[in-house]
Amino acid sequence: MPLDSADLQAITLTLKLASLTTVLLLVVGTPIAWWLTHTRSKLKGVVGAVVALPLVLPPTVIGFYLLVLMGPNGYVGKITQALGIGLLPFTFTGLVVGSVIYSMPFVVQPLQNAFEAIGRRPLEAAATLRAGPWDTFLTVALPLARPGIVTATILGFAHTVGEFGVVLMIGGNIPGRTRVVSVQIFDHVEALEYAQAHWLAGGMVIFSFVVLLLLYSGRRSVTAHV
Amino acid sequence: MTRILRALLCAFVPLAAGIASASALAGEVQVAVAANFTAPVQAIAADFEKDTGNKVVASFGATGQFYAQIKNGAPFEVFLAADDATPAKLDSEGATVPGSRFTYATGALALWSAKDGYVDDKGDVLKKNAFKHIAIANPKAAPYGLAGYQTLDKLGLAAEIKPKVVEGQNISQTQQFVATGNAELGFVALSQIYKNGKVTSGSAWIVPANLHEPIKQDAVILNKGKDNPVAKQFIEYLKGPKAAEVIKSYGYQL
Repeated sequence: MPLDSADLQAITLTLKLASLTTVLLLVVGTPIAWWLTHTRSKLKGVVGAVVALPLVLPPTVIGFYLLVLMGPNGYVGKITQALGIGLLPFTFTGLVVGSVIYSMPFVVQPLQNAFEAIGRRPLEAAATLRAGPWDTFLTVALPLARPGIVTATILGFAHTVGEFGVVLMIGGNIPGRTRVVSVQIFDHVEALEYAQAHWLAGGMVIFSFVVLLLLYSGRRSVTAHV
Repeated sequence: MTRILRALLCAFVPLAAGIASASALAGEVQVAVAANFTAPVQAIAADFEKDTGNKVVASFGATGQFYAQIKNGAPFEVFLAADDATPAKLDSEGATVPGSRFTYATGALALWSAKDGYVDDKGDVLKKNAFKHIAIANPKAAPYGLAGYQTLDKLGLAAEIKPKVVEGQNISQTQQFVATGNAELGFVALSQIYKNGKVTSGSAWIVPANLHEPIKQDAVILNKGKDNPVAKQFIEYLKGPKAAEVIKSYGYQL
């Protein structure tokens, strides 16, 4: 086996991080996307821009601010300490927080596109049939938005797997807790262990290709159904 | 139309030639610098520019990372490493100008905290082991990280302290973990926290040199700098008395 136990540990950790982040993002991102779709508030532009920020900011900027904010002298750090959670940098929880922020647009934007594509008419139709707002959301909007939810899930997961800069800056490279695959590859390259770097890096290429292949071939079949 | 073009050419060609010759006159050298030597090399480069009119273009990073980049065609002409093994390896692989390698500084290791009074001057804070995180640079890539681990081994504390270690990718990131207070303390290069005989902030223990292998930092001219006289000039400058003074002021031995 060309991958050693540290590599496998990094893979497991990465999958755990990406799964948890994706679930959290779907929970947090769906109401945000819904609100962005239907609001007439003046804040719509501001919230949309904040959600999209990680698309354009270098991960070093996000990592730097997270490190400072979550540290003992930062606002977030003071709150987490007061709550008895302790400090978040160098912990798995800290990585989850960083990943949720970093991958947010990759989940919210597909969801928002899907909700916008539904339009108001099916929702109004459901309302005239006396469906309550929750009922309408669960039985009309969510099923219609399914392709968008699938895209959001895949992109959120894949983007978190591919995360590097934020983890590097707040992770502290701890085996089993914060050393994810991308950092492990970086370590191998720095230590001139090119063979191991190749196995992991090649694996990442194949993984990403398969994910995107699923996404794009899935997308065609969805439009074909319509 | 052609007349205008010709006039334009007449105006611009000498101008362009002038710019080209001006940049040829003021030479420059691309230097890869181990992160621990960032502050001193900036001071030395400023002196060098003032004294010779030539420019130093410096990149900072971990020694192992630079090795990989140099082997893969990075444009560096001079390499100031954080160890002696990496330049020796490049030497044996024919990536350097033979005979150009020398030790420009011997580094000192410090256990440092951003908090005043946290680290005592004997390093007993390690034995008390009351901290949550200790930052050490990745020992595979950064010699100061390796020296940090060797110190823990020598003190017989490695087993207890290892679970608390957070690793920076290089010595700068390690310092940053400590500076932001996310790690209570960490092993850094003395040069990062020391100026003119004093620790500049927080509290520190200068680790005795017998607790780890000497951190001999070697410099070498790389193949890309073979034909650049400024590379040679800079190396000579680095050996000179003015640079030596700067190097010593940051806590290095010569």
